[in-house]
Amino acid sequence: MNHGHHRGVSIQVRNLQKSYHGQAILKGLTFEVQRGEIFAIMGPSGSGKTVLLKHLIGLETPDAGEILVEGESVQAPGVMDRYRMAMVFQSGALLSSLSVGENVGLYLSEHRLKPPAEIARIVSAALELVGLNGAEDKMPAELSGGMRKRVSIARALVIEPQLLFYDEPTSELDPLMAVTVGEEILRLNRRLQVTSIIVTHDRDLALGIAHRIALIHQGEIVSVSSPDEIRANPHPLLRRFLTADFRFDTETTHL
Amino acid sequence: MFQNIGELLLLLWRTLQALPAAKRQMRKTFEQCFEIGNASLLMACVLALFIGGVLALQTGPVLAQRGLTGFIGQIVGLSLCKELAPVMMAVLIAGRIGSAMAAEIGSMTVYQEIDALRTMNINPVHYLVLPRLLAITASLPILVVFAMLVGWLGGALVSVYNYQIAISFEAYFTSLREGVDSLDVLNGLIKSAVFAVVIGLVACHQGLQTIGGPRGIGRSVTKAVVNSIVLILILDYFLTRALIQLDR
Repeated sequence: MNHGHHRGVSIQVRNLQKSYHGQAILKGLTFEVQRGEIFAIMGPSGSGKTVLLKHLIGLETPDAGEILVEGESVQAPGVMDRYRMAMVFQSGALLSSLSVGENVGLYLSEHRLKPPAEIARIVSAALELVGLNGAEDKMPAELSGGMRKRVSIARALVIEPQLLFYDEPTSELDPLMAVTVGEEILRLNRRLQVTSIIVTHDRDLALGIAHRIALIHQGEIVSVSSPDEIRANPHPLLRRFLTADFRFDTETTHL
Repeated sequence: MFQNIGELLLLLWRTLQALPAAKRQMRKTFEQCFEIGNASLLMACVLALFIGGVLALQTGPVLAQRGLTGFIGQIVGLSLCKELAPVMMAVLIAGRIGSAMAAEIGSMTVYQEIDALRTMNINPVHYLVLPRLLAITASLPILVVFAMLVGWLGGALVSVYNYQIAISFEAYFTSLREGVDSLDVLNGLIKSAVFAVVIGLVACHQGLQTIGGPRGIGRSVTKAVVNSIVLILILDYFLTRALIQLDR
């Protein structure tokens, strides 16, 4: 394990393709994420964002193309040992048979990186950071969706990753907690120069904290640009995605 | 089917490769052992008591008519330790524990818990499969020993109290001692250890292969139980053929 080494890592995606049952989900994606960058991936539901994320962390094998972490294929043996990666799952993906504290400390305890007392201290600090002080002994089933998400974030923080993936980090969170999570992503990025890849629908989060934003539509990249460039981009899909809101005209609301 | 068998063998190989890490999984292995014993011991004993009883009831009167009551203990004893205890206990455990394992791992797969383990560089074979396989391989032979003892007792009760047989406890157990030796018991224990590996592997494999939601979990559980029982019964024949060498 690579402990003292906290700097973020770069990731290159080249011509990534994936089909399920003959249906192309990812159609030759190519992009690069720099060391220490916050890179947001946005797009409508079903555009292939989560599938892309699963490929980036090595959970899925591409049909064609490659994903390189610091020049090494993410599928190569030992890459996960050399680079610390973590993922915040949309559903939390906490182990239901373990308590919150055990979940958050699982990486440290399973890899025997710290003594139990030290793990308990780190877990407690991570939970405090996401506003869940003293929740160590609760079971995941006792928590709300938002709380589970926050525990999942705490679990990722404990790993002190070099590459951190977030799948919809602010869904199911109230606006205040969403801002806190956004701040935490930013703070972690600044403190450890961790490379962060965020899949999100949350326009405010992406435009607020990302260095660059990729927009995916039907398995293809529409644009990769900075938040300012995105705001100025006249592409119709981008405009629709950025300006859609709940302000209906009176006729519609009275139907 | 061949793909499934190939995947099972691959999972077995990966689990064997994980064996050096077994010491680190001791706590989880003991928890699983406790769960298996706690869930199954009483049921195994009740089942064995009645199997022994039925065996004596089916064979006893026929043997008594021919003046061969001296063989009842041997027949019940041998049938139980070489065949019925290992096979029936394996079927019971496939239904009781194999299904629970497939459901638990299946639900972990569906709800991305396995993905979460992988992203933390925790190998699911080390973390989930190894402790379960070790626990079931240690627990099933112990349950089979209990089943043999209780089954023999069931046979004895019927042999003594059924008016068509009506032999003494002493005569029954003398016959059993004459017919059954430690190699026969070992024969049953070897079978049960092999069956345990089959149940554990099939259940974990089906759990890890689960796709879809709750319906997918249900499908995995059914397949785990049915496939285990089919494999147990097929393997039983070949194991019996191989273990006949022990008797020579």
